[in-house]
Amino acid sequence: MKKSDLRAWLRSWDAGEFDFTAALSAGRSAPEAPAENKDHPWKLEPINRLEQGEIKSFRKIYPFFAVVLCCIMIGFLLLTVAKLPTYGSPDSPAHNEVMERYVEKGMEETGAVNVVAGVILDYRAFDTLGESHVLYTAATAVFILLLSLKGSGEPEQEKKIMQSDPLLKSTARIIVPLVIVYGIYVIFNGHLGPGGGFSGGAVIGGGLILYAIAFGFEPLDRFLNLKIYRMVVLCALCFYSFAKCYSFFCGANHLETIFSPGTPGMIFSAGLILPLNVAVGIVVACTMYGFYSIFQRGRI
Amino acid sequence: MSFAVNLPLFCIVASLVCSVVSSVLDGKHARWLSMWLSFAVAVSSLLVLGAVRENGEPITYIMGHFPHPWGNEIRMGLLEGFFSLVFSTVLFLCMKGAKIKLSQDLEPSKSQFYFVMTDLIQASLLVLVYTNDIFTGYVFIEICTLASCGILMIRQIGRTTLASVRYMIFSLIGSGLFLLGVTILYNITGHLLLPSLHEAAGALWQTGQYRIPLTSSICLITVGLAIKSGLFPFHYWMPDTYGCATPCSSAILSGLVSKGYIFFLLKVIFSGFGTEVFYGSGVQNVLFVFGICGMIFGSIGAIRENDIFRMLANSSAAQIGYVYLGIGISPEAGVIGALFHILTHAVTKPVLFLSASRLSDAAGGSKRFKDLQGCGYAFPLAGFAFSLGALSMIGIPMTMGFMSKYLLAVAGLEVSTKAVPTLLALALSTILNTFYFARTIIRLYTPGTPLARVTARKAQAPFGLSAICFSLLNLAAGIFASPLIGLLRQGLEYFGKVG
Repeated sequence: MKKSDLRAWLRSWDAGEFDFTAALSAGRSAPEAPAENKDHPWKLEPINRLEQGEIKSFRKIYPFFAVVLCCIMIGFLLLTVAKLPTYGSPDSPAHNEVMERYVEKGMEETGAVNVVAGVILDYRAFDTLGESHVLYTAATAVFILLLSLKGSGEPEQEKKIMQSDPLLKSTARIIVPLVIVYGIYVIFNGHLGPGGGFSGGAVIGGGLILYAIAFGFEPLDRFLNLKIYRMVVLCALCFYSFAKCYSFFCGANHLETIFSPGTPGMIFSAGLILPLNVAVGIVVACTMYGFYSIFQRGRI
Repeated sequence: MSFAVNLPLFCIVASLVCSVVSSVLDGKHARWLSMWLSFAVAVSSLLVLGAVRENGEPITYIMGHFPHPWGNEIRMGLLEGFFSLVFSTVLFLCMKGAKIKLSQDLEPSKSQFYFVMTDLIQASLLVLVYTNDIFTGYVFIEICTLASCGILMIRQIGRTTLASVRYMIFSLIGSGLFLLGVTILYNITGHLLLPSLHEAAGALWQTGQYRIPLTSSICLITVGLAIKSGLFPFHYWMPDTYGCATPCSSAILSGLVSKGYIFFLLKVIFSGFGTEVFYGSGVQNVLFVFGICGMIFGSIGAIRENDIFRMLANSSAAQIGYVYLGIGISPEAGVIGALFHILTHAVTKPVLFLSASRLSDAAGGSKRFKDLQGCGYAFPLAGFAFSLGALSMIGIPMTMGFMSKYLLAVAGLEVSTKAVPTLLALALSTILNTFYFARTIIRLYTPGTPLARVTARKAQAPFGLSAICFSLLNLAAGIFASPLIGLLRQGLEYFGKVG
């Protein structure tokens, strides 16, 4: 194959006559030529040979430069780390008034026994608002790439999941409820001890995935299809945004909020932290299950 | 204080909520929502700008009940208000102008996701502009990266998938380096909010303690954001990315997203490190050199291209070079030039992409120069908008491009060691710019036979409106540049005023 032929191929590719991703998602290992281009079928071998010729020299120098660059970077970072304040030393600059207030007044000001929850959902809540939207953005990006609304996935593949191992099935029957209950506990206990929305949501998501592996998607589809998924994420994120908007607005204008820290240690305390943890947990659980489902069969 | 100080918070939350709501709407309503969101953001930015002017100094707005250094904050100055106004206006005009093209390029069942992503880009641009906290900046950089990949790959022809993978790898390297820099900075200062960082970094620089970690964190943050905005030699993702995406995405990515990162870098330099520390560390000289390389190599790349979109993409790499050249020259005049060039490019490049897509429609969808011959006659408005944009990029007087080149040249003359390289680079790059843009204009107006003459006349209305708006903005800012420069100068003073 000549260079000009390769160019012609790339051009047809650019013009969108050939969908590489469709070919890949259909499970074909090598992309095929579109039907109308049968007179110039895409022969992979000549292209490879041509490529090899063109980038042979590049391949020779590439490892050399990569190693040199890595060495420079490693040296640079090691030098930096060597000059950093000693880890855990009491007079390191990170032990300043910021940390002092978080640790000493955190419980009193936010009502959360778990200082981490207090920091991420009250002192620095705006970061966490962004962070929960990062998940949403990632999920939407995966939808764009993989969601196929037309076809109903591949029934063969789903059937294969249905005939899964009996051992897996009986184990899952015992474990899944425990996992989900534990996830709920971690979410609701987020302001009282280690845990919170992100970790609890991940646990619930893991439980749902395990269930889907053992029993197939059909039982889950009854209460978690695309429509419900969207509505749940919509409600959780909107609640998060509006609640935080209200709290930021009150804080900046020095108004009293209706949410009070309450008695630290009680389950209904710490103002907004508990509901926000629940919202984050729902988003994380749905996103994790959604990722699995969409990678597995192209839909939710 | 007036009520307008609450508007940035409302704009940010509204963008996030709109993005979530868009996912359950159909494409048409999502587009409508997204466009009017940008419009509303533009209007409220104008009000914020007014409030800041009235106040006479930057306004700090606490996000929650805890002021710095404990809680998150946003900060409104003249530059913040003005740039959020420009960014949201450009976003509005991009979506308006590419209406028809978007409906062709997007799969109907997935088109609402496109507007989810543009809303998220709107939110992250707002936060990058307003934030007073380096870590909030990082979180929204992540959103911006993911959303940019989304609007790239939504046009699913194989090449865009490849391009967005490459874009993501470059972008993630950039975010990773930025995060490393932030971590090191936190380790030696103990702060994340810009005002406290400013104090702590200044004190460390005075005493000379932790000099190496401070310098390396400056390097990592600068290099991270420079990679994300596509500074030479990290611009190789650009031709594929901008060349294959739907024109609206190319316009948004080149005109807005890369500019958002640069604006955030400037904010970190001025309000975070402080100009003394940053310009004492010597990193600006590296930016200066790579800026010049970007100007030259971007233009050479553009000359070698055979495809109008890839040419514009390479030209974007060159324009990013100009901005970093300005940052590298000096913290006052140089940065004014850089800011002005950000505006120039944000107003010019989107209209170039949009009108190029219009012209390529006239050529039956081909993007190659050979087929574009005579297309300027088929769509006179697109031809005019493209020519005006090209003239502005070359730097013909009365356009914005002239003013930014002039400002950069004057800034270069003030610094004796950098005067000669700046002037030579500007001259050489202008010649190269002229070469490829003049070639394209001549090609467009050489009589030829465009393949598809005129499609529906009506289809031109949204594009026409946006092209006219862009061209008028360009001419107005080019002719009446002095109030604009005054605003930038005053805004830059506010920028450095920390406390």
